[in-house]
Amino acid sequence: MGDLSLAAVLPQIFTGLVLGMIFVLLAIGLSLIFGLMTVVNFSHGALYMLGAYFTVFVLTYTRSFWLALVVAPIIVGTLGLLVERFLIRRLYGRSPDDPLLLTFGLSLVLIETAKLIWGKVGLTLDPPRELAGAVNLGFMAFPAYRLFVIGVTVAVLIGLWAFVTRTNIGLIIRAGSRDPLMVRALGINLNRIWLLVFGIGCGLAGLAGALAGPMRGAYAEMGVTMVIESFVVVVVGGMGSLLGAVVAGIMIGQVVGITTFFAPKLAEIMVFVVMAVVLLIRPSGIFGEAGLAE
Amino acid sequence: MRVLGPVFAAVGRHPVLAFAIFFAAFPFLVPYKALAAQVLIFGLVALGFNLLYGYTGLLSFGHAAYYGLGAYGTGILLAKVKIGSLWLGLAAGPLLAMLGGAVIGFFCLRRRGIYFAMLTLAFAQLLYFVAFHLAEVTGGDDGLRGIPQLPLNLFGWTFKLDGTLAFYYFAYAVVVLAVAGLKRILDSPFGTVLQAIRENGDRAAACGYDVNRIRHLSFVFSAMFAGLAGGLDALRLAVVPVESLYWTTSGQIVIMTLLGGAGTFFGPFVGAGTYLVLEDRLSVFTESWPLVIGLIFMTFVLFLPRGVWGTLVERLSVTPRAPEAPAPAAAPSPARRI
Amino acid sequence: MASITRRKFLAGTGVAAGAVAAQGWFPAVLRAQAEPLRIGCPLPLTGPFAALAADMQRGAQLAQDELNGKGGIMGRKVEVLFRDDQLKPAVGAQRTKELIENEKVQFIVGGLAAHVQMAINEQTKKSNVLFISTSQSDEISAKPDTSPITFHEALNPTITSRVMGKWTCDNLGKKWWIIYADYAWGKQNNQVLQDTLKANGGTLLGSTPYPLGSAEFSAHLPKIQAAKPDVLMSVTPGADNIAFLKQARSFGMDKQMKLAQPLLWIAYLKEGGPELYQDVHGALNWYWELQDSIPTAKKFVEASMKKFNMPPGDYGAYSYSGVMEVARGVELAKSTNAEAVANALRKSPTYDHFKGKQWWRACDNKSFQDLWIMKGRGPGKAKGEWGLADIVAKVAADEKYDRTCAEKGHA
Repeated sequence: MGDLSLAAVLPQIFTGLVLGMIFVLLAIGLSLIFGLMTVVNFSHGALYMLGAYFTVFVLTYTRSFWLALVVAPIIVGTLGLLVERFLIRRLYGRSPDDPLLLTFGLSLVLIETAKLIWGKVGLTLDPPRELAGAVNLGFMAFPAYRLFVIGVTVAVLIGLWAFVTRTNIGLIIRAGSRDPLMVRALGINLNRIWLLVFGIGCGLAGLAGALAGPMRGAYAEMGVTMVIESFVVVVVGGMGSLLGAVVAGIMIGQVVGITTFFAPKLAEIMVFVVMAVVLLIRPSGIFGEAGLAE
Repeated sequence: MRVLGPVFAAVGRHPVLAFAIFFAAFPFLVPYKALAAQVLIFGLVALGFNLLYGYTGLLSFGHAAYYGLGAYGTGILLAKVKIGSLWLGLAAGPLLAMLGGAVIGFFCLRRRGIYFAMLTLAFAQLLYFVAFHLAEVTGGDDGLRGIPQLPLNLFGWTFKLDGTLAFYYFAYAVVVLAVAGLKRILDSPFGTVLQAIRENGDRAAACGYDVNRIRHLSFVFSAMFAGLAGGLDALRLAVVPVESLYWTTSGQIVIMTLLGGAGTFFGPFVGAGTYLVLEDRLSVFTESWPLVIGLIFMTFVLFLPRGVWGTLVERLSVTPRAPEAPAPAAAPSPARRI
Repeated sequence: MASITRRKFLAGTGVAAGAVAAQGWFPAVLRAQAEPLRIGCPLPLTGPFAALAADMQRGAQLAQDELNGKGGIMGRKVEVLFRDDQLKPAVGAQRTKELIENEKVQFIVGGLAAHVQMAINEQTKKSNVLFISTSQSDEISAKPDTSPITFHEALNPTITSRVMGKWTCDNLGKKWWIIYADYAWGKQNNQVLQDTLKANGGTLLGSTPYPLGSAEFSAHLPKIQAAKPDVLMSVTPGADNIAFLKQARSFGMDKQMKLAQPLLWIAYLKEGGPELYQDVHGALNWYWELQDSIPTAKKFVEASMKKFNMPPGDYGAYSYSGVMEVARGVELAKSTNAEAVANALRKSPTYDHFKGKQWWRACDNKSFQDLWIMKGRGPGKAKGEWGLADIVAKVAADEKYDRTCAEKGHA
């Protein structure tokens, strides 16, 4: 099954890290949305896909990958704002399963619409010239673009952390996750906060798609398995916990990478096995709080 | 409109009979007869799911597991073991599904809410994975093929089930029995407790009921119905595709139940019928039929949460004996109570 | 609500669904006069292989037009009815049932995925309808799945991997690494490739399965690079093919080893582009530039350019041939009965619709046909929108490339 020397395992760790970064971006969005609004956003995978598609779209008109990387997530985030304002908001006060079901239907609609607009085959998306080569890391030649993905994600995470811990809005978001009743009693308009959070969460999904596109190509079904795996990450990390999303995302990325190396046939199922084991040992995920989702 | 009220009341008093009468004529009401058996069978899966979701309040994302176990149980016994008996083959399906339900339910019921749902999904995917890779037993991703079309031997008479109608009425007889069985379950004290647990698990526990054991039983029954449907489907298709266990099948079951009306007696069949007929006819006209289905589903979630049947019943303001339920109440988040 | 008859109301499908459903009741009535020859064509119009299915649909439509242009078959108009099987066996089976029962088709040509065509086959066997499968599968022409009325037009993993395997050994290198999708088709190709490599004196350095559709190969690539094979043989269908080539190139592997695969797919060649497919070798059953050397190919390509403004692709070729063979069989048998047509086709097994001689083998109804080894043209070398590959070699049809009748379980 391959030798166990550091030189052989290190590449797997690195590639697992990149995978993990994508999971982290998706999981943070999901976790933010769930933690604050108790909404399970099933359309996250479709939004991820749209992130990739919009990147191609912007790229076609501006010829700048960097611009596309900024604009595409903003477009997806704006779409998220509209979805929250006009669709999900109608469901507050009803069964918590309803937003899940609605977003499930929404994902079907988004995928089909993407196919109608951009065709069935998918779109080519290449990394920009500057990132096209490989970087010599000593133990392997690692694609530069993948290093870029790691870098961008870390930067975004730092920005998010600063936002959540240093700004007033971030404070409200954290307070709102812990005790929405109290926050409302203090006269704060939670509706606007929820709108913002949903938009940010969707924007993060779009960013994940924009980053993943040049690695795997952009095609309509690209989010279908990702959404399930992202849910697994969120559940493992603990729904509502941002730190959990980060830790679980990286962890699951590594699990997939290492399983692929030692036992490729098991790679698919490992994610679910890990989730089942974690849930049975720690009921609310690694960092989750009991009662949040029950 | 006026004539419908009494009809509904009558239907409400004798739901199983109404079901039997309607579905006896059903093959002639749908665009083509082969669709009727599909609706009947998926209605049965949804019926099983509805027992768990609509009546017990537990949302399972992995119900394909029991449908699939039922299909493989029947399929393997008939195609691989070559048992040669239709009844034994058909019985193997729900039995295997019940076993699966008992084991998986035991693990999943330790958690609630979204965690419960994700665990059910995880186990279903695990089963999918096993079926995919255990190719000698299950046929792997090519599916289990070669399920023979055995004749039905009843009281000394032999009925060939080759024809579409012949098979339909065989499945019909089985499903009517299953529906009658469900009615018994729901009418029994067990059924009442189920709904009490759905409404408020803590209070039911305070009344002295073993809530977890009852939930577990409900899970097993739910798996049984889904497994029976799976077994019937294996006979209908003569193959068991591995997708039977995939989460998208679970998703379809959820959509059907909700479209029809969760927590209503006929909802599952109405939902299965609506979904399958829509899908069938739409896909003839357009490749973007998932778009239409998605939009319809979203419309229902937004404006008609009780589903087709549930809304119908509500609008006609009749309270049939068939239990009708408001949206199942898992603990709502605190913000919602304002 | 008042305008709905009780009948439709009880059907519980609502106005829209009821009106839509009602459409299905009329066709049989309206068609009492014309009696065209109906051929059902289930294909995955939605789902990951939609592009290949669209190609298949075009090919069948071309055949339909050509036959009707000549006055139909035995004076009857030809009608090909397409249905979406969603790449799912259960749906494929249901659509086949619908085509046979509701639309009264006399033949089925189609199926793209191996597992779906098996489910279709179970239905056609049950209903005694002739089925020409256009999917690439080893099992469909073997016992226990096959039947006297099951025909297989397309290539299968055994043929493609034996041909491509041998050619690669002879021309690209004898030290291989194989990466393959972990499902039936992938596993079959992997097995045949390994057997062929060994038979030709090559060495297998390693063989890696990956979950179909995962599109994430980076975990495997460093290991492969370290082993330094001459040839990296990839069995990566669909979108995986593009993802794989992208990632392999990003790791610089195209400079370290030769990239080959048992099959190329024209739709993905086009989508991936010349840079991605440069110097990638693979086999194809059909390529439009064959029109330069084969007259029937020229006719085929011209018809396609005229109707669709694009040349026919590999899957379009299969469906075109399938429909044409149904026509030929009916003309020979002077009947639409499945057994009669099957016997007629076996009695006169040779045909040539668009690319040269093909024939049906009597024991398993398998079509044998020429293949070509292709190589992706690099950027700047493409000839127009579709001139994306060079024809490197032709491999003439030969029964030795497939398993023998005995190996497939036939007497």
